[in-house]
Amino acid sequence: MDITLIWYLVPAIVMFCCGVYGFLTRRNMIAMLISLELMLNAVDINFVVFNRYLFPSSMEGWMFTLFGIAIAAAETALAIAIIINLFRVSKNIDVRDATKMKN
Amino acid sequence: MDYSQFLALKQEIGLLIVFLLVFLYDTFCSPRSAKAVPMIATVLMGVLVAWGFCPVVKAPETAFAGMYVTSPVMVAIKNILNVGVFIVLIQSVKWANSEFTAVRRGEFYELILLTLLGMYLMISSRHFLMFIIGLETASLPLCALVAFDKHRYESHEAAIKYVLTAVFSSAILLMGLSFVYGLAGTLYYNGIAGALAGRMGVMLSVALAFVMAGFGFKLSLVPFHLWTADVYQGAPTSVTSYLSVISKGSAAFAFLVVLTQVFGQFYAQAWEWMLYALIILTITVGNLFAIRQTNMKRFLAFSSISQAGYIMLAIIGDNDMGVSALMFYTLVYVFSNLAAFGVIGAIENATGKVDMTDYNGLYKTNPRLSFTMMLAMFSLAGIPPFAGFFSKFFVFTAALNGTASAALYVLVLIALINTIISLYYYLLVVKAMFINESDSPIATFRSACSERLGMWICVAGIIGLGIVSYFYDYLLTVVA
Repeated sequence: MDITLIWYLVPAIVMFCCGVYGFLTRRNMIAMLISLELMLNAVDINFVVFNRYLFPSSMEGWMFTLFGIAIAAAETALAIAIIINLFRVSKNIDVRDATKMKN
Repeated sequence: MDYSQFLALKQEIGLLIVFLLVFLYDTFCSPRSAKAVPMIATVLMGVLVAWGFCPVVKAPETAFAGMYVTSPVMVAIKNILNVGVFIVLIQSVKWANSEFTAVRRGEFYELILLTLLGMYLMISSRHFLMFIIGLETASLPLCALVAFDKHRYESHEAAIKYVLTAVFSSAILLMGLSFVYGLAGTLYYNGIAGALAGRMGVMLSVALAFVMAGFGFKLSLVPFHLWTADVYQGAPTSVTSYLSVISKGSAAFAFLVVLTQVFGQFYAQAWEWMLYALIILTITVGNLFAIRQTNMKRFLAFSSISQAGYIMLAIIGDNDMGVSALMFYTLVYVFSNLAAFGVIGAIENATGKVDMTDYNGLYKTNPRLSFTMMLAMFSLAGIPPFAGFFSKFFVFTAALNGTASAALYVLVLIALINTIISLYYYLLVVKAMFINESDSPIATFRSACSERLGMWICVAGIIGLGIVSYFYDYLLTVVA
C-alpha cells in the first residue's frame, strides 16, 4: 500500500483542529500554549509534505518549516515568560480569573 | 552572493544604526548618564525621520532574488511610520524616566525600534517567508512591551491576552499560507499570482479565509477584535498609542499589498465580499461598543477598531487611489490618535486618572490640554476643516472610484451613517471637558516639556494636513 499525500494531510488537519479546540476550551494557560504548539506544528507538517510530494525540485517549503520552528520556539519562550510573571503577581494561571479589566 | 544588494535596504540599515547606537549607549553608559537614553533615542529617531525625506530611492529596487522590494511608495509609508514613532518617543520621555520604569527604560526604546524594523520588512517583503519573519519581529517584542509595567497586574493580564491571540492568529495565517503553498508551489507574491491564475476553488477559498482571519486579528477587525480593549487598557499608555497607530498602519498596508498582489485576480470572486462583511461589522460594532465605555483607553480602543474599518474601505476599491488614500488615512490617524493619547498620557502621568468622568470640567483647569483633546476628537470624527474629514473623504472616494457596483455605494452609505454615530461619542468627551461641571476637577498642572512638544506637533499635523493639499498630492504622485 502506498503512503500518499493524503495520509499526511489528514493527521495534520486533525492536529490543527485539536489545537483550535484545545485553545478554545482549556482554561489553564500552559495547556492553551500546548494547543497553540499543536497548531503551529500541524502547519509545519503541511509545508514539508506539500514540498516532498508536490514540488520536490525546490526546497522552499522545507526552509519555511525551519523558520517556522524557530518562530514557534521564540513565541513559546515569550509566552512562558509572561505566564511566569503573571503567576508571580497573582499566584494563578487560570484564564477564567484573568478578567479584572472586563466591564 | 552579491553583497551589494544589501544597499537596497537603505531605510532598514538607517533604522538598524539608530537601534545599535541606542543599544550601545544604554549598555555602556554610566548609571548617572542613563537619564539621557530617552533623549538620545528621540533625537536619533528625529534624524532618521529627516533622512527619510531625502529622495534616495527614485525607482523600485529589489534584493535577495526579489524577496525584498523598495520603491518610492514603500519609502513614503515607512516615513509615515517613522513620524508616528518619533511622536510616540517624544511623548514617552517622562514616563520612561519615571520611578518604576527608569531601571529598564533602555529596553523600551530598543524593543520599539526592533518592532519598527519588523514592520519595515513586513511592508517591503514580496515573499511569504520574509513576510512572516517581519510579522513576528513586529509582534513578539510588542508582547513584551505590553507587559512592561511589571508592578501593575493589569499590564500582565493584557500581555497574556495579547501573546495568546497573537500566536493563535499567526498559526491561522500560517495554515492559510500552507494551503496557498500547496496550490502554487512557490511563496513569491507574483509567483503565487501566476500559478493560481484562473484556479479558483474550495481550497483557495479556505486559504484566503484563513489569511484574512490572521490579518483580521492583527488589525483588530470584528469578529477578531476581542483582545483589543483589554490590551489597550492594560498596556502602558505609550505602548498603547504605539499599538493603535503604528502597528495598525503597517498591518493595513501589508494587508493591502498581499490582497492586491497575491490575490488580486480573485477580487470579485472571493475577497471583495469577505472584506465587505468585515468592514460593515467592524465599523458598526466598534462604534456601538465605544458609546458605552467610560475608561478613556478602552474608549479609544473601540474607536480604533471602527477606524480600522474605515482604513479597510481604501482596500475594497482595489485601485491605485486606494493606496494613496490608505497612506493619507494612516498619516492623519497618526496625528489625531497620538494627540488624544498624548493628552491621556499627560493626565495619567500627572494624576493617574483615566476615567471619562475625571475629565469633567477639565477646560476650567487645563484649557490647553482640553483644546488639544477637542481637536483630536474633531479630527477622529471627521469634522472639516481638520485633517480627519479629508482622510475619510479620500477613503470613501477610493472605495467608489471607477465602480458602478451598487453594493459599494450601500457600503459607503453605511460608513457615512456610522460617522454620525461616532460623532456622538467623540463629542461626549468634548462635552465632559467643556460643559459638565465637576466638584473636584483635575487640578491645574504643567505637563512636561517633551509632552507639550509632542502635542504641538500633533496639533500642527491635524490642522496642517487639513488645509494644505500638498501632502495628499505628494502621495498621489508617488503612487502613480
